[in-house]
Amino acid sequence: MLKSFSIAGIVTAGFVAAAPISAQAEGKTLTMCWAAWDPANALVELDKDFTKQTGIAMKYEFVPWTSYADHFINLLNSRSAECDLIIGDSQWIGGAAENKWYVKLNDFFDKNHISMESFLPATVVGYAEWPKNTPNYWGLPAMADAVGWTYRKDWFAKPDLRAEFKAKYKRELEPPKTWDELLEVSKFFSGKLIDGKKVYGSYIFTERGSEGITMGVTNAMYNYGFEYMDPKKPYHMDGFVNSPGAAKGMDVYKALFDCCQPPGLTNAYMQEGLDAFKSGEVAMQMNWYAFFPGLAKDPKVGGDKIGFFKNPAGPTGQFTQLGGQGLSVVAASKDIEDSLAYVKWFAQPAVQQKWTDLGGASASKAVLESDAYKKSAPYAPSFVDSMAMVKDFWAEPLYVPLLLDMQNRVHDYVVANKGTSQQALDALVKDWKRVFTQEGKDPS
Amino acid sequence: MTGMDTTTTFADRASKRAPPRSARRVVGLSDRAVVWLFIAPTMLLLLAINIFPLIWAIRLSFTGFMANLPRPLGFVGIANYVDILTDEDLWTNFQVTAHFVFWTIALQVLIGLALALLINQKFRGHSFWTTVILLPMMLSPAVVGNFWTLLLQPQIGPFNYFIGFFTGAPASSFTMIGSVKLAPWTIVMVNTWMWTPYVMLICLAGLRSIPEFIYEAAEVDRASPWRQFWSITLPMVTPFLMLAVLFQAIQSFEMFDLVNLLTSGGPGSTTELVSITLKRAAFEKWETGYASALAVILFVTVFGAANIYVRVLNKVKQQ
Repeated sequence: MLKSFSIAGIVTAGFVAAAPISAQAEGKTLTMCWAAWDPANALVELDKDFTKQTGIAMKYEFVPWTSYADHFINLLNSRSAECDLIIGDSQWIGGAAENKWYVKLNDFFDKNHISMESFLPATVVGYAEWPKNTPNYWGLPAMADAVGWTYRKDWFAKPDLRAEFKAKYKRELEPPKTWDELLEVSKFFSGKLIDGKKVYGSYIFTERGSEGITMGVTNAMYNYGFEYMDPKKPYHMDGFVNSPGAAKGMDVYKALFDCCQPPGLTNAYMQEGLDAFKSGEVAMQMNWYAFFPGLAKDPKVGGDKIGFFKNPAGPTGQFTQLGGQGLSVVAASKDIEDSLAYVKWFAQPAVQQKWTDLGGASASKAVLESDAYKKSAPYAPSFVDSMAMVKDFWAEPLYVPLLLDMQNRVHDYVVANKGTSQQALDALVKDWKRVFTQEGKDPS
Repeated sequence: MTGMDTTTTFADRASKRAPPRSARRVVGLSDRAVVWLFIAPTMLLLLAINIFPLIWAIRLSFTGFMANLPRPLGFVGIANYVDILTDEDLWTNFQVTAHFVFWTIALQVLIGLALALLINQKFRGHSFWTTVILLPMMLSPAVVGNFWTLLLQPQIGPFNYFIGFFTGAPASSFTMIGSVKLAPWTIVMVNTWMWTPYVMLICLAGLRSIPEFIYEAAEVDRASPWRQFWSITLPMVTPFLMLAVLFQAIQSFEMFDLVNLLTSGGPGSTTELVSITLKRAAFEKWETGYASALAVILFVTVFGAANIYVRVLNKVKQQ
């Protein structure tokens, strides 16, 4: 048995080793750069078809999320040819376009009849356009993502808990539809003993170092009136970033943190949320949809035990934070032609469908708006709804200082109880004005 | 007279003997040239990796340069220095750093001296306990940061269970590194745990350098152990203690790795030491000009304070 296994292994290894050699001999190898996470594995699987069809081998550079932005932005800025193709974060698009890190794709799209009309509008604006809302394309929507929520369906179905909740709040225990309800349900679960274990109401993002708490708090703030700037006067932020509604949204997020976050999760992002949910520590969890296929299949908390809902509404609307990335061709690549051939291949409807089937998340309308997709997974309906109500953070060339300023101000208030939400947002406006002035924009 | 003549003649002959061609070239170098020949590589290396970056950083500190964007340097005068010196948040970070440095050193000196006095006694298992005490400082700060993060984890970390056992508080009801009140003390505690053995070693060297006869003379004079400690041990160990304080003050002021791993400066900015602020400005926000100005200010602060301290230390030694 062991011997036959070894021989099979050697033969397989021989094929694996031989394939790239033959392709490389022809100079046909492309390097794809992205983050190291579950969808990247799906992409590797998908790309086998590309290699089969074109003879072009694919190499990968997948970097952990914690160093993803730093690593690739440095590579792009140094004009490194290490990546031919990159699945870059939505916030990079401004810097990538203005500094010519990416190849502009308008002519290529026209020539190959690739229409941005066939992708969800929010993903085109988020992952492809710069300047925003203009038909200047620097990427192809590749990985649609947004913030959503998971909940313990089995706990919500417990008759004793349902009865207790109804007696207390005069309504059924259901997934929350508004942030007020979210707060109520979270408080209800916090401190309860379920299956002999003390549980907490909800897990929310609190990470301080990169983007975590900003990607979390905006889900509350958008729905209470927060705007990045005056829609009529670009970069004018007074009264929009620090409006009373925005401050109220921040207060609600803080209230949720104070009442219902498991202890110790004061600097926690995606993985900590997944851990808290999988270990049965929380009733509800905020996280990116990209993780939901894995959670839906989880042997401990998946299947019938898990439910999904979109980000709850607030007094001024219902929005959610956009995640996800676009596929771009790196301008410094030594093989732009083959890289464009990959983009053309990836944009095909059949490939987009397979991409989603394998565990990726296509932004193609044909895929996401089909009835088959909505029935394909328990999270699919809320994902489709969420993608229609997304908002994104700044995508300016100087988005990093803008993001880190918000991280500091929000973390100082929400986690460290420093000052008031209004003071935090007033200080944030001051920080952002400094950055925009540095960038040559007029924030007055 | 004859002998003397013979010697002179011999020496003259020796000096007049033609040296081989290769040796003649070496002989042609002056002593000063040979000295320069030997120290030039070191000087060049020093210039390349110390002096040049320092001068370059000073130059960058007057610009709005951002290393991650292909832009010209952009001279901004003293704007970066004005920004830093008028930034209230940064002053808060300086206060956090001062709190960390002060308490770290105070605790390390007290505990380090106490441990040194203990280890200086002769007892069974002396070598074993010395090794055990020295273990923390032999570990990498990355390892220490990671395992303390795990130890302090409220749900599964043993630290909370230990505290809970003695206080009766439920283990998961409090968090050391997530609490605004406890986090500044947590980083002091972990740094003290790691570096007290170093202070102990220096104190031990000081204790071992005190001649035994001084204690014998004190005993003849019927001086009590307490009196011996205050009049002999402490004064003679003080220069060593001051040296330890200098080393540890510089080390704590520049502390980054351990605290970054433990708290990343949080919650909020309650444990954000200036070194973390500097790193974030330089390598996360990529505000290279601003970060250079902050680095220059820190350099001048540490260099100036260390110089004053060394002068005081020399005076103490002379006394």
